[in-house]
Amino acid sequence: MKLLNHTLAYFAALLFAVITGWAGLLYYNLLDEIYDSLDDGLENYKMLIIKRARADSEVLRKTSFVEDNYSIKPIPAPQALAYTDSYVDTLMFMENEQDFEPVRMLKTIFRQSGRYYELRVVNTMVETDDLVEDLLYSILWLYLGLIATVLVLNNLLLRKAWRPFYHLVRQLRSFRLEKQEPVSFGKTNVEEFKVLNDAVARLIRNSTDTYRSQKQFIENASHELQTPLAVSLNKLELLLEESSLTEGQLRLLAGAVRNLERMARLNKSLLLLSKIENRQFQAEEEVHLNSLVETVLEDFSDQASYRGLRVTLQEEGDCRLHLNPDLAGILLNNLVKNAIVHNNRGGFVRVTVGPQQLVVENSGQPAALNEQLMFSRFQSGSQNETSTGLGLPIVKAIADLYRFRIAYRFQGTHIVTIHFSYPFS
Amino acid sequence: MKILVIEDEPDMLDNLVRSLEAEKYVVETASTFDAAMEKVHLYRYDCILLDISLPGGSGLVILEELKELQAAEGVIIISARSSVDDRIAGLDLGADDYLSKPFHMAELHARVKSVLRRRKFGGSRLIELSNLRVDPEERSVQVEGRPLALTRKEYDILLYFISNKNRLVSKTALGEHVWGDQIDEADSFDFIYSQMKNLRRKLKEQGARLEIQAIYGIGYKLLAE
Repeated sequence: MKLLNHTLAYFAALLFAVITGWAGLLYYNLLDEIYDSLDDGLENYKMLIIKRARADSEVLRKTSFVEDNYSIKPIPAPQALAYTDSYVDTLMFMENEQDFEPVRMLKTIFRQSGRYYELRVVNTMVETDDLVEDLLYSILWLYLGLIATVLVLNNLLLRKAWRPFYHLVRQLRSFRLEKQEPVSFGKTNVEEFKVLNDAVARLIRNSTDTYRSQKQFIENASHELQTPLAVSLNKLELLLEESSLTEGQLRLLAGAVRNLERMARLNKSLLLLSKIENRQFQAEEEVHLNSLVETVLEDFSDQASYRGLRVTLQEEGDCRLHLNPDLAGILLNNLVKNAIVHNNRGGFVRVTVGPQQLVVENSGQPAALNEQLMFSRFQSGSQNETSTGLGLPIVKAIADLYRFRIAYRFQGTHIVTIHFSYPFS
Repeated sequence: MKILVIEDEPDMLDNLVRSLEAEKYVVETASTFDAAMEKVHLYRYDCILLDISLPGGSGLVILEELKELQAAEGVIIISARSSVDDRIAGLDLGADDYLSKPFHMAELHARVKSVLRRRKFGGSRLIELSNLRVDPEERSVQVEGRPLALTRKEYDILLYFISNKNRLVSKTALGEHVWGDQIDEADSFDFIYSQMKNLRRKLKEQGARLEIQAIYGIGYKLLAE
């Protein structure tokens, strides 16, 4: 639920309670005032009638309401002495409406010439059911009018007032830490939004700083490891050259060398990944992908034929790309190497080059790989001990750098597709 | 042959000196920028191994100085910074080759020999080993005058072994040299075996008097008198 509608719901409930209470109060006040004024009128009328009765005793004979609004009848003294004036609501038949309508009646007594008379004076009264109905309608209209006003105000004013907030949300939604793009904040005079913008800006700055130093750390760490790795590796190599070693000693040393070499490869791949992510491959030039693919396949041909793989290249068009030539080579090397290493004996590798895409298809284990995992670091599916598990992450990093789209499909064979066209240009 | 090794890491320096001295080179060392500059100005060498990051200054400056001096030294840059820019800058300044740490000793020897051949003999010197004669410029091999037909990779393998004769060459070192760095994750380089089999068969057929010995699945060693 949007905040606008949320406040609207609160307003509606609140207004309902307030207006209902207010309507009740109004009704009773109104009625009270009406009775008051009616009763004053009756009182006045009573005095006029009594005055008239003193002047004209004929009046005393009006024992029933006919055309005048009063009746007088004599009552015995004891009853008259116990009498108190009273105003009552009662019904009276009205000729015009042909119905009993509510009237206000004043019952009182007066004394004239030593005799007591009861005087009843009536006055037509407001029809409360009509009044309530009218009141209800006007309040309903008022209520709807107020809700409509709030709605319009919300939509026009609040929407405008919340604009910096929505701007910020849009920015944050498209924010990616690894892209290191700055977030722009809309101008605002609202204190709360200023605070929010400041807080978000600080958060982003901290995150990007941390992210950057983390990346820098990986690069520095792998860099610092190069020399000790080189020293140890070469020392072991020197030892291997000693002629006095037995076979057992040689095998032990070779095992150490093999693992150091693996470490060196891992380190080199990590360094490469950091450098790609830190955008240290600047120089770009036009790369003819078709011929590069041919070269790479040629480089791997011994390896492929050793494993009995059928390697084919299908050219559906000329593909020329603008990118760093080293990265182009690394991209293809890793894709092809991956297709060869994770394959079955006697399987195949099929590379298809189109004007805007590259497809590498290979046989392999008969189950789909997890696309999420296969491109993340150290998630190599095979237990191959010479594999660093960084080949495809490097491919992904290069693809991300140039905004190539990379996709994996499993259709009995493993298919990795790279689309070179930018989706939004 | 006189070689100057400019390297600030003592252990690394020790490795390089040991390995080069075993090859009967005369080796001198410098472990700071100033010491290196001094030696470069005072003496002539056949080959210089140069580390880029040195205490006191950049190896690239030494390279510039050598260019200025119009020295005939062959220079191989050895650096832990395998950055492309460094490589390009180094080669632009007249370095002959670039090795990024870590590297195999066998690779170092192959590069040093190749630089020495190019620099000292214009690349035209024939390599003679036992009854084999290799012409590096022509990339051709003869056994007692009879040509030995080798594929490009077989030739590369043979030359690598000749550069590292009587030294154990690991399969990894050989694989990376002949098939390139990108091959590095190839499963344990077993595919090298079939190439080796062909090479050995051809050498034997032509009566070459040298033997390439397999060492317990670790690597190979070229034995020559």
